[in-house]
Amino acid sequence: MSDKQFVLRNVSHSFGAVKVLDGLTLEIARGEFVAIVGPSGCGKTTLLNLLSGHVEPTSGSIERNGRPRMVYQEDSLFPWWTVDENISLGLRKLAQNGKREGRIRELLRLIRLEGFGNHYPHQLSGGMRQRVELARALAGEVDTLLMDEPFSALDYLERLRMRQELARILEERSHTVALVTHDIEEAAQMADRVVVLSDRPAQIRRELRIHARRPRSVTDPEVVRAAGIILMELGIEGDARELASPLK
Amino acid sequence: MRRPSTIKVILFPLLTFAALTLLWTLVWQAGIFHQSALPSPAAVGRAFVEEIRSGRLATDLTASLFRVTLGFFLSVALGMPVGLWMGRSLRARLALLPAINFFRNLSPLAWIPFAILWFGVGDSPSVFLILMAGFFPVTVATMAATAGIPEVYFRVAEAHGIRGVERLFQVTLPAIMPEVITMLRVTAGLCWMVVVAAEMIAGRDGLGFAVIDSRNGLRTDLLVAEMIVIGAIGVLIDRVLMRLTRIPSVRWAYER
Repeated sequence: MSDKQFVLRNVSHSFGAVKVLDGLTLEIARGEFVAIVGPSGCGKTTLLNLLSGHVEPTSGSIERNGRPRMVYQEDSLFPWWTVDENISLGLRKLAQNGKREGRIRELLRLIRLEGFGNHYPHQLSGGMRQRVELARALAGEVDTLLMDEPFSALDYLERLRMRQELARILEERSHTVALVTHDIEEAAQMADRVVVLSDRPAQIRRELRIHARRPRSVTDPEVVRAAGIILMELGIEGDARELASPLK
Repeated sequence: MRRPSTIKVILFPLLTFAALTLLWTLVWQAGIFHQSALPSPAAVGRAFVEEIRSGRLATDLTASLFRVTLGFFLSVALGMPVGLWMGRSLRARLALLPAINFFRNLSPLAWIPFAILWFGVGDSPSVFLILMAGFFPVTVATMAATAGIPEVYFRVAEAHGIRGVERLFQVTLPAIMPEVITMLRVTAGLCWMVVVAAEMIAGRDGLGFAVIDSRNGLRTDLLVAEMIVIGAIGVLIDRVLMRLTRIPSVRWAYER
């Protein structure tokens, strides 16, 4: 199998007369963490739906390898099911019940919610629910996580904690990740590569590689520098900072 | 809100009922109404004993409960599938909602003449009238609840291969369950009111018939005893259905 999880060649997509994506060429390698940032409504979620196969592009081609799964915000857990039952949704393809039990225990340990298996989602905090959501996605034979602003409903401190949790979990179990986010700091802290999209119709404005080893601190100089560059690319801050001029 | 103590929960309503009985006694003693138009609490107490001893109360109660149960279950069994369908299909909603709203706003009691013409007397006309009262609100409430299910639940279900009948029982129904429970309580109350009215005209037994029979016999003491039973049974039905809110898998709707 190829070591490329996704290969997009000159992909464009339109909804009726509205062109959303315009000639995107992008490769995502196995085990790579790619963050996608861009202005609101520029087509980030469409890009994620193209990666998942939920949507097929109007033109261009996409090669998908591996088994992706979407990670939504914390409110997509079924509230009528317990934590155990929600996680086992991800294990539906596992035939033996005994094996399933073991896997659920293992995932609960991974997200540090041992003893919460019989709780219902509404009895947990937002961050805990998000971790269950993550466990549900990680359950089963999945090697790619497609995340659509997964932490945006959490408060700032909880969001910082979730980034650490995700980084730790990925250290334990390597997955390819495509993360769509509004949160520039999150992109810079988490990703190996940040893809900055332009306004609609979105083109790739810049690809920024961040070399510092994961997991990183939010105050790591590389993270701060990368966040600065992204802000400039999005036109939010001018090049007042002394950074290598990225626009040339 | 802090949970009130058990003593208060029992004592406070008892005080209210005691006050109401006192007011009733005072009005009776003051002689505002003619003696034959308002019985005394003591007379009503005696009427209760009479009704229970003769076995009539049990017979009437059984007849009414049978009809309301049958009519209520028919309303739910027929109304929920239609409501589910209308909740998921825009076409079905466009086609059926105006007609359903029409019948929903038509008092079921207006059907009484036809109920008698078509079904005579006995259980059938009452059950028909209860169905006319219950079916339309059940349909509309189920439709509204189904249409309001967040789309993300269906996307998650789809991603994990939950489809068809399994989706209905694992996703759609659990998602609308809290609203369904509220709907059941409202509908049961409605059905209970209608069965009494139906029996008054199209019955040979049942609590509604007993009310009319007591009036014809100028037995206001029996009449009040029956009114007390009708109200109390209505409350009891609601309390039983309210227990459904304790099911663990619906607590999310009440606790968040």
